[in-house]
Amino acid sequence: MGKIVVPFGPQHPALEEPESFSLLLEGERVAAAAVALGYNHRGMEKACESKTYIQNIYLLERICGICSHAHSTCYVESVESLAGIEIPRRAAYLRSLIGELERIHSHLLFLGVAGHEIGFMTFFMYAWKDREIVMDLLEDLTGNRINYGMNTIGGVRRDISPEQCERVLKAMDQLEERTKYYQQVATEEETMLGRLAGIGVLSREDGLRLGAQGPVLRASGVARDVRRDDPYDAYSELDVRVATDTHADVYGRVVVRVLELMESYRLIREIVKNLPEGPISVKAPVKIPAGEAISRVEAPRGEDVHYTRSNGTDKPERVKVRAPTLANLAAITNMIEGGYLADVPIVIAAIDPCFSCTDRTVKLVRAESGENRTIDWQGLRQYGIDWYRKQGIDMEKIKISRKDM
Amino acid sequence: MKRRYVGKMFPYMMKMLVQKPDTIDYPHHHAHVAEHFRGALKFEQDKCIGCKLCTRVCPANAISIEKVPDEEKKYKAIVFMDKCIFCGQCVDSCPKKALHNSEDFELASMSRDKLRREI
Amino acid sequence: MGLSLFHMLVFPGFLFLGALSLALEFADRKLYARMQNRVGPPWYQPLADMIKLASKESIIPRNADKHIFRAIPAVALAATCAAFLYIPITGAESLYPFSGDLIVVLYFLTIPTLTFFLAGWFSSSLYAELGAIRAMTQFFAYEVPLYMSLLGPALLAGTWSLSGVAAFYNAHPALTLVNLPGLFVALFATQGKLERVPFDIPDAETEIVGGTFTEYSGRYLAMFRMAVDSELAVMAALISAVFLPFFPVNPWLGLAAFLVKVLFVVFLLTLMRTALARLRIDQMVSFCWKVLAPVSLAQILIDLIVKGALHV
Repeated sequence: MGKIVVPFGPQHPALEEPESFSLLLEGERVAAAAVALGYNHRGMEKACESKTYIQNIYLLERICGICSHAHSTCYVESVESLAGIEIPRRAAYLRSLIGELERIHSHLLFLGVAGHEIGFMTFFMYAWKDREIVMDLLEDLTGNRINYGMNTIGGVRRDISPEQCERVLKAMDQLEERTKYYQQVATEEETMLGRLAGIGVLSREDGLRLGAQGPVLRASGVARDVRRDDPYDAYSELDVRVATDTHADVYGRVVVRVLELMESYRLIREIVKNLPEGPISVKAPVKIPAGEAISRVEAPRGEDVHYTRSNGTDKPERVKVRAPTLANLAAITNMIEGGYLADVPIVIAAIDPCFSCTDRTVKLVRAESGENRTIDWQGLRQYGIDWYRKQGIDMEKIKISRKDM
Repeated sequence: MKRRYVGKMFPYMMKMLVQKPDTIDYPHHHAHVAEHFRGALKFEQDKCIGCKLCTRVCPANAISIEKVPDEEKKYKAIVFMDKCIFCGQCVDSCPKKALHNSEDFELASMSRDKLRREI
Repeated sequence: MGLSLFHMLVFPGFLFLGALSLALEFADRKLYARMQNRVGPPWYQPLADMIKLASKESIIPRNADKHIFRAIPAVALAATCAAFLYIPITGAESLYPFSGDLIVVLYFLTIPTLTFFLAGWFSSSLYAELGAIRAMTQFFAYEVPLYMSLLGPALLAGTWSLSGVAAFYNAHPALTLVNLPGLFVALFATQGKLERVPFDIPDAETEIVGGTFTEYSGRYLAMFRMAVDSELAVMAALISAVFLPFFPVNPWLGLAAFLVKVLFVVFLLTLMRTALARLRIDQMVSFCWKVLAPVSLAQILIDLIVKGALHV
């Protein structure tokens, strides 16, 4: 059958979010792959410049539904270091508690998605049933199932009562038992292992060279975790054990995430046991003094970096977000090429992609000449109209019927 | 090396077959909502002093405070439910605690005008 | 003439097959859902799906061959309906038994797979072509074990007529235990024929979108789905006729026994669908040729030995 180019995306049942992979197929083998980003770009970084610091917390939280607390924490930490304020210990512990609960929720979601991609719908249903336990717990603690709105500049917004602590501990017992069962299934079920083992191999050197992050790198044997290397919030007082695996393939990534789940249960029990007393927030100034700050947290997918620059007013001058999936994406083509078409969905799912996080402003440079070009809004609109006119469609004839849009 | 075989999930599946299912038949049965769920906003007119702090801090420009005509020191709040992101910042910022989140989440409507309501 | 027309069209012919296939699809989906801790669809869901699909717009791609595109679903449905006429339902005798009708039934059941391939090939869409090629590759893998596992019991019974096989095992029920490896092979090969997990490779939603049925919509898709469902009914009835003997003389009791046996076979197939993940095409081919084919060969050998031992 010769070589054909199959578009995998942007709309595809295997991808939860749009991303374009063009695969050059020879029979069932992938000879080459190319990635095109940008389908989820919403102009968030620009929107941040016209809102106050507190309004930006809610905006940046909605970059992604699954790692929302990580983005919010990272942003708030950079603003707090610009303002020079120190949050109370109880607030730091509560932030870590929500961060770990979010990690559990994200990894259970990944287990379900991995099951879905290999056609194992039963595993998907069971994993997401357990995810409901965590979602209900988060709704109990923060008031919403995702996009928690827990952070504010100077601390957290809600406190936790002793009854809620009891419910947290009971949920952890339930989830630990279920996760042990999933560990057994993932290591013993023959059809599942046949789809996971030996697929999407990323060696240690390739991982370090291409800049892979989070569980993808930890599955290749590199023990890198921001919670241990550069502790923030309560992690400086907790003992975080980094989970690694030497398989360096999709199976290794599943194993690493399951081990991280068990570690999170242990950390949450420790946090709830050692929760210090005290206030949950301090008063923060409305106008933040001028300066620039970088902060990073361990999102469920890897290292999340935020940069904030302020100029003394109540609105930031520039906010930049680097999500972990952007770094993992460079390793994708390496992992897909040479494999089967049937393995592409599970390899993509194994880096746990969050394309909503990924698509921020990136400076693109032409490969041959090294030049780049900036275009303003009017120029972009005219470029679009000209392009469509070449295709035979005249955009200026389209009437806009809604007056309030 | 653990033994690998086909059908690891059989026993658990059989147990699930005879158990009551975990999903509910919504909307015939009501969904469970937690105690402090951030649902639709509720306004207490007696407490409002018209400082409009809530309109200034809202990230989505979803709430507006207007004076009730022909009455002294009475204000009404109009909420754009299609813009509100239910963050609760207005609830936190109000100095007189005149706003609070209810547990109502069934807010779907057939026309946009019905979503812009006075609360 | 009128009575045989009634038999062909209503019972136990096309209408009965249609109702049976919808009922079996409901049973399959409800069991699947309950094992996954969900509520599952109500009893009228498959019928509602067919009506909804039939009422939607049927879009035919510009580059596709219009006539073949329209004709293929009808051919698939016709083949499964024709196969159903030779399967014993209300007793050990089917409607029109003749010597060799087991081979004819198997031949009729090959046609739907060919139509899946043709549907994908003539759809002029990348995903459909990939699905069609996978369907053909899968066909070469499961067809031989399926045939051999069904022919083993026929060898022991000494007849090529399906009704004769059913009557033989009805008379000697203890001999069905000899055919257990054949049952195992037939169940796996049936999952491959019906393109269900773990062998739903031609229709892998997360890899090639819709597989062979990507471009089908509206009433053509409804006919295809009906063909797939009736294939399930026919295969379940075939397996229960060859491997599970119990045919009471009374026609009403026979019908009840038939329904119970078919439901049991569908239950086994659903168990397989729920507990396993989807295989890759190369894994599937190697599994069929390295595991299923030798077991079915062994089954034929056992049957020949037992036949020789019984007649000595």
